[in-house]
Amino acid sequence: MNPSSLLQVAGLYKNFGGVQAIRDLSFELAQGELLGLIGPNGSGKTTAVNLITGFVKPTEGEIIYNGKDISGLPPYKIIRMGIARTFQMVKPFYQLPAYKNMIIPLYSPRVKKLIGGKYGDRDAVALDLLEEVGFERDAFVAYKSASVLPQGYLKRLELAKAIALQPDLIILDELFSGLSLAEVASIVPIIERLRMEGKTIIMIEHRLKELFRIADRVIVLNYGEKIAEGNAADVMESDAVKKAYLGAEA
Amino acid sequence: MRNGELNSEQRRKERIDRGIKARASDIFALSSWREMLYLAAPRLIPIVGCLVLPLVLGIYWQRVLLNVAVFALLAISWDILEQSGMISLGQALFFGMGAYAAGVLNHSFGWSPYLTIPVASILGGLICTFVLLPVLRLRGIYFSMVTLIIPLMLVRIVEATKIFGGTEGLSGITPLTNRWIELYVIVGALLVALFGFRRMMGSDYGLVLKGISDNDRSVMNAGINIYWFKAQALFIASAIGAFAGAFTTHVYMFVGMPVFALDYSILPIAAAVVGGPGTMAGATLGAFILVPLSEILRGIGGLRIVFYGLFLVVFIVALPEGIFHYIQRKYHQFERWVEV
Repeated sequence: MNPSSLLQVAGLYKNFGGVQAIRDLSFELAQGELLGLIGPNGSGKTTAVNLITGFVKPTEGEIIYNGKDISGLPPYKIIRMGIARTFQMVKPFYQLPAYKNMIIPLYSPRVKKLIGGKYGDRDAVALDLLEEVGFERDAFVAYKSASVLPQGYLKRLELAKAIALQPDLIILDELFSGLSLAEVASIVPIIERLRMEGKTIIMIEHRLKELFRIADRVIVLNYGEKIAEGNAADVMESDAVKKAYLGAEA
Repeated sequence: MRNGELNSEQRRKERIDRGIKARASDIFALSSWREMLYLAAPRLIPIVGCLVLPLVLGIYWQRVLLNVAVFALLAISWDILEQSGMISLGQALFFGMGAYAAGVLNHSFGWSPYLTIPVASILGGLICTFVLLPVLRLRGIYFSMVTLIIPLMLVRIVEATKIFGGTEGLSGITPLTNRWIELYVIVGALLVALFGFRRMMGSDYGLVLKGISDNDRSVMNAGINIYWFKAQALFIASAIGAFAGAFTTHVYMFVGMPVFALDYSILPIAAAVVGGPGTMAGATLGAFILVPLSEILRGIGGLRIVFYGLFLVVFIVALPEGIFHYIQRKYHQFERWVEV
């Protein structure tokens, strides 16, 4: 066991009925590292995240976070320990303005005390956090109803909700999907800033080019199994990965 | 932070925020009586109305007003649960628990009504919360079914085991001092509940409850234990229902199996739906329409329920958003007519 590792996953299995969604997954994550989790559709990336954050209970195996076994704990306990995640499908509260969407994470016991509870206090913190992820204050974007915001802003809102929890480990589930190149280019610096602040990050991504530019290490999943691990260039050279992505003939 | 400690960038941000925030949270610079009236009227009308009505009504309609307030409280209780993502079909459970708790405390221990009503509200609320705790994980129709069934089961339990007076019920319960106290206790409770819980649901706490009904995974993902929050909402709602039940027990000086009747579950839902759910005010308005209507229709005799049902259908089809939402929309449209 590496003493600097923040998260250790060992021998993780998850069965949904007869389907093995995750098979013998093990990996370690060092403090401050940015790990890319890639693989074809249905390879178990989101299930792996659901297992780590407690939304799904593992069939077998253990997940050690900060020296504590968190496998099988309910999501709210895991999140209070400092893991935050975004969802692949953004589902904000559409009838509320963007900054009111931030109230719920700011109400979390993890950050509640830091912020204070007087009326409007959370609004001010929410506005600052949204500005950090690119809601232009001068254009009043944060005050617009979430129902009229374009996808790019909704993804940033999702990211801001995760940052609001002041996590040590952030898991981003397909943050870039559905975004234009320009939108991705504007989010990358936010992620780089999070790294500079010492946050540990796991990114699930299909946009490999953008991911490889920032990831320290990549894990490739296929049919619930880890088929490759290492730095981006080496991983993409591996035969197993080529086969999984391009089919058997490649 | 004092203004002097802010640098120019922070001051600029503050300035932008302040202006927009004032508009976003309905803070107006009050410049005329007309504007103040515009803001105050929707609050003053129910308050003054509720306080004056008992003075101008005859004894019969005063009784109707008591019923209106009781059903309005049950409708508010239903509305709180609905906004927190729990569709209850069992307001009768809360009502009956409170009614029996007050009845037993008064009948067996001789407690004064002024003690039994608050104690029964809390006790009834706690019992209902514990009874429903195991089903908090159920969503949608499954939660509704359980709440519908429990009061029906309790009726049979009371009947079969003959506890708390069995089918006879408990009679000879001490009434409140006089009818004026009765009227103002329930009307006052209604006003406090209406404005208090509207404020609660508008606060950050209320936002978390509404978030649970909208997208519970997102709330869980904020490190919030949604079952703890649901249990709190359930306690608040059941304590309101139990208060209404305890009060009714002392007014009728009797408690028996009818307190678990389906009326107490269905009528509050009808009131909230006709009035417009999600506002508390709609639920109250609905009760103020439906309960007197059923009294007026008493004259018709056998066909009463048919006309009542027709009225409900017409309202739901014509104004599916609810009367209150419709009035609110129209009222906000006036704002544009005010000269600037």
